[in-house]
Amino acid sequence: MAGTGFKRFNVLPGFWPAFSYTVLYLSLIVLIPLSAVFLKSATTSWDHIWRSISSPSVVASYRLSFGASIIAGLISVAAGFLIAWVLVRYEFPGKPLADAVVDLPFALPTAVAGIALTSLYTENGWVGQYLAKLGIKVAFTPLGVVVALTFIGLPFVIRSVQPVLADSDQELEEAAASLGATRWQVFTRVIFPLVRPALLTGFALALARALGEYGSVIFISGNMPMKTEITPLLIVNKLQQYDYAGATAIAAVMLITSFLLLLTINLLQRRSRRFMEAR
Amino acid sequence: MTAARSEPAAARWALTGLALLTLGVLIVLPLCTVFAEAFAKGWSLYREVIEEPDTLSAIELSLLAVGVAVPMNLIFGVAAAWAVAKFQFRGRNILVTLIDIPLGVSPVVSGLIYVLVFGAQGWLGPWLNRHDIRIIFAAPGIILATVFVTFPFVARELIPLMESQGADEEEAALVLGANGWQMFWKVTLPNISWGLLYGVVLCTARALGEFGAVSVVSGHIRGQTNTLPLHVEILYNDYNYAGAFAVASLLSVIAVISLALKKLLEWKTGQAESGGLRRTETG
Repeated sequence: MAGTGFKRFNVLPGFWPAFSYTVLYLSLIVLIPLSAVFLKSATTSWDHIWRSISSPSVVASYRLSFGASIIAGLISVAAGFLIAWVLVRYEFPGKPLADAVVDLPFALPTAVAGIALTSLYTENGWVGQYLAKLGIKVAFTPLGVVVALTFIGLPFVIRSVQPVLADSDQELEEAAASLGATRWQVFTRVIFPLVRPALLTGFALALARALGEYGSVIFISGNMPMKTEITPLLIVNKLQQYDYAGATAIAAVMLITSFLLLLTINLLQRRSRRFMEAR
Repeated sequence: MTAARSEPAAARWALTGLALLTLGVLIVLPLCTVFAEAFAKGWSLYREVIEEPDTLSAIELSLLAVGVAVPMNLIFGVAAAWAVAKFQFRGRNILVTLIDIPLGVSPVVSGLIYVLVFGAQGWLGPWLNRHDIRIIFAAPGIILATVFVTFPFVARELIPLMESQGADEEEAALVLGANGWQMFWKVTLPNISWGLLYGVVLCTARALGEFGAVSVVSGHIRGQTNTLPLHVEILYNDYNYAGAFAVASLLSVIAVISLALKKLLEWKTGQAESGGLRRTETG
């Protein structure tokens, strides 16, 4: 087999066909189409790009998308930690079912989640009617966006934290307790530092997903200009007005943001893995 | 059990209750709503919506997209996993990272990229137009967008699985005189079958449910370029809520079945123990 400098010797057959097919398919389906975003932006005048990505409605959408994603991520971290804790540490009837339910937001099509959440949180919905009595409006407000993104983000945090909690040996907690620590001190000094990297990873994963999320948000948000338009929706709007260059410019901003975020996630995961191995 | 090692029973029950309540309100209630709304106007209206020609053609297109996307990504997944898991070569880690890219791309952008390549104003637009080939606002665009969003699902399952299995069994087969294909069909494939199935379940579920990417390339032509999730949107925007939820309930049933299958496969392969975040869903 050729390419001694490139590939380490191996008796197994089929490397070159498998490798070439992988690279070809990856290029045709992913890399070349994706490069279109940047090549298209490169042929657009800088002025048009700047106007597209900095118009007031687009800036308002960044604010909503980032703000709602961060708030939803924080809610997911709090609720997700609680749920992961209960699922790992306590025994109760129906536990396997509760654990399976966690993955539902991954499995449910986003459009289905979108219309279901909208109907739940409108003023005469199952949940919305009680919130309405308290004067809280959820559907068709930024709060609705937060609700949808929490639905989407929660499983990421739970599934990040669960294995870490399950692996953590409780002897550390016992040792702390036998040295006179209260349960609260054990929690803040022993347990929390242990799960903090996993919480951070879960938060970043939820955030990355939330920033690009479309289907579950556009129904409950109501899509009012300047108020409840998320950034992905503006790409769709620009496409409908045949402003391909404008849509592409916003897409480039989103792509760069999510790649930076994914890079951060990779670093976080590498660090937490090292942390786990060092123990 | 000392007081400091675990919480008092009352606190345990309170925390469990709070956790289950959160899970119930945030995640289970939306699913219940789908079915409640779908049957709100009775069974006969439900059947009427499901048997409508537009719904049937949406089902057909969804199945077509799944039928093409899943086998394509299955073959890719096996090839990629074979190259990446069984061989050491330069740039291996970069290749693995590149395979994951579609997971980090917003669904809307996933659709947009194909518009930029195949759309009327796109790279190949004029050429396609001259030859009267339609990709955007037609079935091929929908299939391509579906392939993109489900791209890494099978590969991601197989790469760690095949890495952990090593190459000993394959090498033994070769030493005993098997040729490459015999080794693949009789040794490799049986070893990865559960992981393969797991990847296919995830891939199918996502392919059926994809909305944003498909929405951008579809053009929403009723009875022609609507998949099931797009049909849900159209019915909903027509204020036909019972209809929208009826179609949504079909998708929800599929989602619940895929979830059950996934759990079954995790249990079967003992992957549940190894825990770990299955990041495949990061779409």
